[in-house]
Amino acid sequence: MSEDKKTLKIEGKEVEFTDEPNLLEVIRKAGMNVPTFCYRPDITQFGACRMCVVEVKYPNGRVMVNSSCTMPPEAGIDVSINSKRVRKIRKTVLELLLANHDRECTTCEKSGKCELQKYAEEYGVSTIKYPTLDKKEMLPVDCSSPSLVRDPNKCILCGACVRACQEYQGHAVLGFANRGSRTLVQPMCGKDLADVDCVYCGQCKAVCPTGAITVKNEVDKVWDEINNPEKKVVIQAAPSVRVALGEMFGLSAGENVIGKMYAAARRIGFDLIFDTNFGADLTIMEEATEFLGRLKEGKNLPLFTSCCPAWVRYLETQHPEMLAHLSTCRSPMSMLSPVLKKLLPQNFEGYTRENTVVVAIMPCTAKKAECKRPQFKGDDGIYDTDYVLTTEEFGQMIKSAGIDFKNIEAEECDSPYGQYTGAGTIFGASGGVAEAAARTAYYFVTGENIANNDILEFRGVDKHSRSKLIELDIKGTKVKIKVVSTLVEAEMAIQEIQDGRADYQLLEVMACPGGCVNGGGQPISCDDITIREQRADGLYKEDAKDLQFRRSHENPDIVKLYDEYLEKPNSHKSHELLHTTYDDKFKGSYKDVTK
Amino acid sequence: MVCKETVDFKKIDEIITECGGKKSNLIAILQKVQEVYRYLPEDAMIYIGSKMEGLSPATVFGVATFYAQFSLDPKGKYEIKCCDGTACHVRGSMPVLNAIKARLDFEEGKLTTKDGLFSLETVSCLGACGLAPVVVINDKVYPQMTSDAIKVVIDTILQEENK
Repeated sequence: MSEDKKTLKIEGKEVEFTDEPNLLEVIRKAGMNVPTFCYRPDITQFGACRMCVVEVKYPNGRVMVNSSCTMPPEAGIDVSINSKRVRKIRKTVLELLLANHDRECTTCEKSGKCELQKYAEEYGVSTIKYPTLDKKEMLPVDCSSPSLVRDPNKCILCGACVRACQEYQGHAVLGFANRGSRTLVQPMCGKDLADVDCVYCGQCKAVCPTGAITVKNEVDKVWDEINNPEKKVVIQAAPSVRVALGEMFGLSAGENVIGKMYAAARRIGFDLIFDTNFGADLTIMEEATEFLGRLKEGKNLPLFTSCCPAWVRYLETQHPEMLAHLSTCRSPMSMLSPVLKKLLPQNFEGYTRENTVVVAIMPCTAKKAECKRPQFKGDDGIYDTDYVLTTEEFGQMIKSAGIDFKNIEAEECDSPYGQYTGAGTIFGASGGVAEAAARTAYYFVTGENIANNDILEFRGVDKHSRSKLIELDIKGTKVKIKVVSTLVEAEMAIQEIQDGRADYQLLEVMACPGGCVNGGGQPISCDDITIREQRADGLYKEDAKDLQFRRSHENPDIVKLYDEYLEKPNSHKSHELLHTTYDDKFKGSYKDVTK
Repeated sequence: MVCKETVDFKKIDEIITECGGKKSNLIAILQKVQEVYRYLPEDAMIYIGSKMEGLSPATVFGVATFYAQFSLDPKGKYEIKCCDGTACHVRGSMPVLNAIKARLDFEEGKLTTKDGLFSLETVSCLGACGLAPVVVINDKVYPQMTSDAIKVVIDTILQEENK
């Protein structure tokens, strides 16, 4: 093939193209767009929704209507994206989809963010000439999962969730069932999400164009707690939230809005504001110590990171035989919460274990399930983390509180348990946990700080960086670390380990492609794969430029916490508060049948 | 919705190996499993979906519900296929179908008899239009059926069974 740039025409304008996988990408690069429901650049194209149809005139005069998401660009063609014919097709598609759609938009979780709603408005669909869905024909809504709600009446069968589940998690918990007008997307045999091997990562929700899969919204419950004078409500926010929340208020992806977020949380009425990044620093102290301990003993290697609740659930249900590899460290959220419940009463007046409510803002839907784990509940029935809200839910709270987020002045968070280092911040991107651990492990081994904090080999959140192998030289000790995102890659790593082909000592896993920056609870970004990169850049920028400390062990609040309470990493007290156990949940999983 | 039954996974392993174990052979595998159990038990579908590369239980369920040839309910010992294609229809397949329904004791809304002996389905064409109307029972073709003739056929089977 020649390297020459080829050209085609879009609405009469000459456009160059090179190796774009399909016509739709060429159209987008040219600064135009066609509507689509099923095309998600990160997953296999499907051509199901027929919204992206365009009229193509070939040099030989032949005219055809094609779906632009499945058509490779060809030199010399003349593409019309707005001809009368294709606009009519799109409007008909919309009317047909709306005819058997539950159009109770005002009470829909997706209202305002729904692509079907958006295109129906843009295309001026005012009447639907087909018989519409009868209330009596409605299918039951599946609310069984702690994280997600599945409403088949709002499904348009674009198959994005089915593909995401298969291609990211290798799982295909969701699949098509039946045929023709009776087709449904559902777990096997129409079971509830809670009864199948779903890990609650929420990537199905992240790619869903309508309200068919939404997050289980708990905003009202948190408002009730805030408005309850008996309760002290404290908040912690995960690393990735600060670089994505701004998108909901017209700010650019990757812009760090942490100060605005603290301010908004105070205006909403949260009593104390802390940061999960502090928990991340704590995790590094514990996990790096645990890692070095195992390295010394040579037992249960490679060590698996345990921050990602979807990954933990995957191991528990699919590979309980590998649970010994999993770090006993809790996730940053679940480390900070018990510290708050234990130590706030000592540091702040009016706080007791009983009246303190911990709300965590997470980029993650699986965290909603994590906080309900029996291990994270005290003997008195009090959970460490009371509520988990996703980035999107928190954005909704800010909006409904009437806060002008764009212009609100940044504030500081409360101390202690608020100060954090750059190592805590980069937890949000795939590779970040391992990089942060490497910085502190280096210090623990050698007694001096690593010369270069930016270990670039760990970084990268795009499609080609889902599996990375990094070799570190800690003054003569060679350590190999593998970093994977998506459970497809994680499963391959497990196979490697079981076959004895793995030569690395640490395995970092994040279930969402690219890590938490692209989590299932983040604002919708499935149309643009660069958004996750911008968010990760935002985190690395905060790490490199904005923060005083870049290594977890240098965090003065962390040092103080160990001095005053925890003694030292992996001490008896930290085991009580910061470590956890795992359950074998193999029984009843799909794989149970195959044994 | 789907019936639970103890499934012999060794047998299914044999079927998978016999068919080549590739994802593209799924339909053949499901057909063979259905031959053994006369339907597709849930556990068999989960097993195939978890065991075979590139498939999941939900995908297998999707294939099983897409094709009319697969049944999620146990089929009868005698599978009656009554053709209602164009030729059979105009030559009177409906009275034949009604006669079968009247003669056998089907549960409301189900097409398998209570004793599990017979199951009934209508098919669109068996490719034997010259013999219309056609009924096929367990691969045996009964040509030029009438409502009286089909009763005799069923009665003969019942007599055999009751011996």
